[in-house]
Amino acid sequence: MNRREFLKSTTAIAATTAVSAPAVMSSASAQARNETLLVIREEGPNNFDIHGVGTNRPGYEVSWNCYDRLMSHGVKKFPDGSDSYDRDTFTPELAEEWTKGDMSMTFKLRKDATFHDGTPVTAKDVKWSFDRAVTVGGFPTFQMKAGSLEKPEQFVAVDDHTFRVDFIRKDKLTVPDLAVVVPGVYNSELIKKHATEKDPWGLEYTKTNTAGGGAYKVTRFQAGSEVVYERHDNWKSGKLPQIRRVIWRVVPSAGNRRALIERGDADLSFDMPNKDFAELKQAGKLQMVSSPVGNACWYLGMNCKNPPFNNMKVRQAVAYAIPYQKILDAVMYGVANPLYGAKSNTVSTTAWPQPHGYSADIAKAKALMAEAGMANGFETTLSFNVGEGVVSEPLAILVQESLAQIGIKTTINKITGANFRNELLKKELPMIINVFGGWLDYPEYFFFWCYHGQNAVFNTMSYQDKDMDALIDGARKAAAEGDNATYEKDVKGFIDKAFAEVPRIPLFQPYLNVAMQKNVSGYRYWFHRQLDYRTLAKA
Amino acid sequence: MLRQIGKRLSIAIPSVIGVIIVTFLLTRVLPGDPAVYFAGPAATPQAIEEIRKSLGLDKSMPEQFVRYVKDLSTGNFGNSLTTGQSVASDIASRLPASAELTLLGLLISILIAVPLGIVAAVKQGSVIDHACRIVATAGVSLPVFFTGLILVYVFYFRLGWSPAPLGRLDIFYSAPPHVTGFYLIDSLLAGQFETFRAALSQLILPAATLAIFSLAPITRMTRASMLAVLASDFVRTARASGLSPRAVIITYAFRNAMLPVITTLGMVFSFLLGANVLVEKVFAWPGIGSYAIEALIASDFAPVQGFVLTMAIMYVLLNLMIDMLYGVIDPRVRLEG
Repeated sequence: MNRREFLKSTTAIAATTAVSAPAVMSSASAQARNETLLVIREEGPNNFDIHGVGTNRPGYEVSWNCYDRLMSHGVKKFPDGSDSYDRDTFTPELAEEWTKGDMSMTFKLRKDATFHDGTPVTAKDVKWSFDRAVTVGGFPTFQMKAGSLEKPEQFVAVDDHTFRVDFIRKDKLTVPDLAVVVPGVYNSELIKKHATEKDPWGLEYTKTNTAGGGAYKVTRFQAGSEVVYERHDNWKSGKLPQIRRVIWRVVPSAGNRRALIERGDADLSFDMPNKDFAELKQAGKLQMVSSPVGNACWYLGMNCKNPPFNNMKVRQAVAYAIPYQKILDAVMYGVANPLYGAKSNTVSTTAWPQPHGYSADIAKAKALMAEAGMANGFETTLSFNVGEGVVSEPLAILVQESLAQIGIKTTINKITGANFRNELLKKELPMIINVFGGWLDYPEYFFFWCYHGQNAVFNTMSYQDKDMDALIDGARKAAAEGDNATYEKDVKGFIDKAFAEVPRIPLFQPYLNVAMQKNVSGYRYWFHRQLDYRTLAKA
Repeated sequence: MLRQIGKRLSIAIPSVIGVIIVTFLLTRVLPGDPAVYFAGPAATPQAIEEIRKSLGLDKSMPEQFVRYVKDLSTGNFGNSLTTGQSVASDIASRLPASAELTLLGLLISILIAVPLGIVAAVKQGSVIDHACRIVATAGVSLPVFFTGLILVYVFYFRLGWSPAPLGRLDIFYSAPPHVTGFYLIDSLLAGQFETFRAALSQLILPAATLAIFSLAPITRMTRASMLAVLASDFVRTARASGLSPRAVIITYAFRNAMLPVITTLGMVFSFLLGANVLVEKVFAWPGIGSYAIEALIASDFAPVQGFVLTMAIMYVLLNLMIDMLYGVIDPRVRLEG
């Protein structure tokens, strides 16, 4: 081919592509765009299976949408009219109906439900999946235990479509625990084919393959950049979702996520930074939903084991020296629930989290320091996780500034994300800024992990007190037995005690922020703080 | 020539061994315990111990090292815990993305910087020379992530000329069949011109970001090297012999000025591979830079080691290539080698 011929042919190609391409693209893409949801987020999953080792939070979302559970939750409204799951109602998912006896619960499974590969879902699969959750160890086993689901013997496949859970003890959290992300139902025959002697539960296979019967299955995955889901058209455990395809693109830069959603190229931006959220909300071009994260709060924790924070007066002094309102305005841009300034430290409801009676009052703080014999103050360090630096860093600086006024000289200690939990486990840090949220939205659940003398990781303050333990255990027992009077007394008791002795100072309750185009509907807040694609729709 | 290559490679082997040892030690000395990290939010000491065992971290350091080297010799880079894939396949799928971006960035940069440098040297003190100085200063003083964000803001967000910064392809295109892993080449080979255009339009902004960053050293080096050559005796002789200015500059001066420029190119290329990390973050580019950073944050040893090793091997190959280019440009180097 000589030069002239080549030029001719390229212009011809250019001309045909220029004419035909847009026409093809517009009709195909218009239809595709309507049934496709483009979600952008900061991170992608590292494992599709919540039973796996080290599955990260985005991985929970894959598990939630690709595996069915026996039961799920109903819906209720937040005061602002947005949807939330309803903690107190349970709705059928894979199980059509159930009967709860005194020491067991029997589920009737849907007869027409199938896995993605078309094999019918049977009670044997349910048993295998539950056995797997309580056996593999790590997070799934731990979470199952939270609802007193501990041994394979507790799970019985009565016949193909009847499944029974036997209780080893009465526990109010057993039923809610069956509706969390962990007890999903796996395609046991399919996974067994990929299991090996070293990996009897096939965790290697489910890491990057979805082997369930949920409303969606993953059809394309590029770690760290993209996950593509297709709808399971034969899904029977609920109303068939409108969205046929979900594309999840990982966009690490917050600024670009904002540009993408503002220009309308993305349908939904999940878990936005507060500053962007506040500004976009004001601009009014998008649909912005912000839901308080249930059973969660940011806090300042103090190590009760070592001086000076083993002195209650010092802890109270710190609680009076925190610039709560400044933190809400300057750090959270107003997108958080205040947890301070109640009339007193004695509470009147069992709601959690709720405001405590401290507020910024330097005079009172100074007086308490003097009472503690620390009028001249002391030096200490304030640590936080760099991974949460967007919130923690300005927060730490505000706290540092304020504490200087009562003579406490703080050095800020930034710890990298990989090392933070390591440091928490040692329980040596004198003062930390951290956040904790429990999936199961009950105060006694929160207190059991964060304040109980069993000294779990989340009791970052090493707080130990016999009376506190008695109140928490009492509330758990009362809840299981349905003894409302004792339950209420004990819950109020432990909240009062936590506020009076302040081993950790609750700062605010965070929100989960989502921005959507105006044509997206059906967003619902869930306790696991991930997206549920099944209710979403696009007009 | 072959003997020279062989000799060069044998010199490179100790450095690769050194890199293996240093990365192994560094990843173990760094703070952050992978077992704790991967034990998840509700880690009990027992759970952490189990994970430590399953990751082989309970073994002694020499034992871990022997195991690591044994795996390496069979081409096994280990598994990444954050992505759940084998490191070798992760790197293989991501390296072309980084390479395509870096090479295009470098190419754009050369196409602008070399002529600019020559003109600046030939017309010393002219407007072009000053412009060249401004470009060089600006390029050097702007951090890549900043340039990247500004370009996105202007060309995507404000003007809407550029496609969304969502990686290598718009979501409604699928990747061309894999041949080289370079989308531009693969799409042409498959005759998918539409995909080629889409891939190219995704590439322009990040490649421009890298090009701006690398303009300065190439322009400055071209200019300086040209100035030195232009002042030398043989150019004066050539001029005096009545050769056309064009022949003098291109054939005589430029060819001789190229050696230092090639050296600079090698250095710039390695800088660019580093700068890539940030550019990939800004443009959601699925390359190995962003991969290594994510792994580092999660104390995920295997990918970090794999990344450093890949980079080391690439540097060795790059240096080898530059040495060979030297030989092509200036035969005297070959004799000395």
